Amino acid sequence: MSIDTQLFEGKLIRLGPINHEKDPDMESRWTHDLSLMRALSRQPALPLSVAQMKKKYEAIEKEVDESKKLFHFTIRSREDDQMLGFTRIEWIEWTHGTCSLKIAIGDLLERNKGFGSDALQLLMRFAFSELNLYRLSVVVGDDNQAGLRFFKRHGFVEEVRRRKSLLRDGQTWDLIHLGLLREEWQAMQGESHHE
Amino acid sequence: MESNLLRGSLVRLAADEPAMLGEALARWHIDSGYLRLLDADPTNCFSAKQFTEWIMKDQEKDPPPFYLVSVRTLKDDRLIGFIGLDRDVYPHGDAFVGIGIGERDFWGKGYGTDAMEVILRYAFLELNLRRVSLDTFEYNPRAIHSYEKVGFIHEGRARKFLLREGRRWDLLFMGILRDEWLVRKGN
Amino acid sequence: MSDLLRGELVRLTAENPEVMASNFFLWYQDTGWVRFLDTDPSRLTSEKKWKELLDKDLDKESKDEIFFAIRTLESDKLIGFIGLFELFKHHGDTLVAIALGERDYWGKGYGTDAMRIMLRYAFYELNLRRVGLIVFEYNTRAIRSYEKVGFIPEGSVRRVMQRDGKRWDFKYMGILREEWLARQAGEVNDQ
Repeated sequence: MSIDTQLFEGKLIRLGPINHEKDPDMESRWTHDLSLMRALSRQPALPLSVAQMKKKYEAIEKEVDESKKLFHFTIRSREDDQMLGFTRIEWIEWTHGTCSLKIAIGDLLERNKGFGSDALQLLMRFAFSELNLYRLSVVVGDDNQAGLRFFKRHGFVEEVRRRKSLLRDGQTWDLIHLGLLREEWQAMQGESHHE
Repeated sequence: MESNLLRGSLVRLAADEPAMLGEALARWHIDSGYLRLLDADPTNCFSAKQFTEWIMKDQEKDPPPFYLVSVRTLKDDRLIGFIGLDRDVYPHGDAFVGIGIGERDFWGKGYGTDAMEVILRYAFLELNLRRVSLDTFEYNPRAIHSYEKVGFIHEGRARKFLLREGRRWDLLFMGILRDEWLVRKGN
Repeated sequence: MSDLLRGELVRLTAENPEVMASNFFLWYQDTGWVRFLDTDPSRLTSEKKWKELLDKDLDKESKDEIFFAIRTLESDKLIGFIGLFELFKHHGDTLVAIALGERDYWGKGYGTDAMRIMLRYAFYELNLRRVGLIVFEYNTRAIRSYEKVGFIPEGSVRRVMQRDGKRWDFKYMGILREEWLARQAGEVNDQ
């Protein structure tokens, strides 16, 4: 990788900005998939109308601009620029070099095609090589085994288990924090690239 | 019905005017040793006016993001610290708690531990929470010991989270479940 | 459970203000329906005004109300709305209200299905401890539907309404989390 390798171009997808005309419709539909909403947040899963989604996008861009601790990208198909999902780096602590991340491929049918992995690779490179962060955290519920497998496959290590933190469907679940350190990411790069 | 919910054996938790707490926070904030035990934010000096405004701004939100209470000694009602407890815990019922004893004279004498006992009782008996969480720094053994005494269980660590004085330190997570706390009280 | 908002006949959705406005405008002209729903005297509000009111809600972001539109699974037709209000998160208690504006869909199980979905959301997503409702004494079809779903009468506030020269009670009903969980277990065993 060199200075002029594109940060936002992956093999299958690219990271892009919010498209305020096309995206609210798409994401409004995803918000009706409550298991996806549950995978992304501890707030009660709630579907959003297109109008509510538009407002949300405005709020996101405002927060990105004002807080300086947040980056939000859409994940878009290289073929037709369709929004496949989104990913974000949030809760950045600049003096410690830490952050938390989220990633979602919205449509059930578009998962397991490698889009998430492609996007995560881009995001990690952006975090470590452009933002110069030291460690990435991600928080996943124990009721999201697919999510846990995904991050572990990419080298994240389980670090914290907050016991029975979640209550869903009348059952409790642990909330798991996973982390990845820069040296661990660099070691993985070393395995896959020879420069 | 428990009427002295906010009263411990050494301290009581109180709602003070924002200006009063703001002034105390500003004073304690000058002690960077205290700050580095308290917070991941870079240590900095803020005025009493600034603190007071922040407190008031938060309390005006609907709902306020956390409960912020003063810790006062029972003996002479001295304001020695504060406790913050997450308010937006719905629907899972798990709140983060944070405590700071700003007056160094009151470190290591059980005041912080007592305050923590009181807030847990409030959390479980009044707020009906299911669990209380906290995070603390690897280099703060006094706090870790105090939390263990109160019943918090270690749940893991975010490795090398903090960068201070040129080296990295872990961020420890601890938690206590309502059921666990009830069993302790039963004893 | 991704199908949390989907039942056997209907699903619950979030709709744009202009969509709800055009429906409210039509439904509220059916005063027979309005009188089952609302204590306010029947009046006629323009579609434009409805949109204004609903736009305001969009900005308000109320923390103690959650409302959904009800759409049929078969034809995606918007037939009514259902929601929670006076949501006391601290104590885990809420009120629920439902209204089917499309008369063709009365008495066929659509309302009952929507209520089942709402209760599942209330108990399984919001983790509430009880759900209550207020129904007008003369709305016997609704009362039957609520009983079918598990609501238990809890009392009446007597002679509080006056319509058509008579006085009518508010009937209070409620279902507790334990009661609902027991019904779920019972339903599983029946299958």
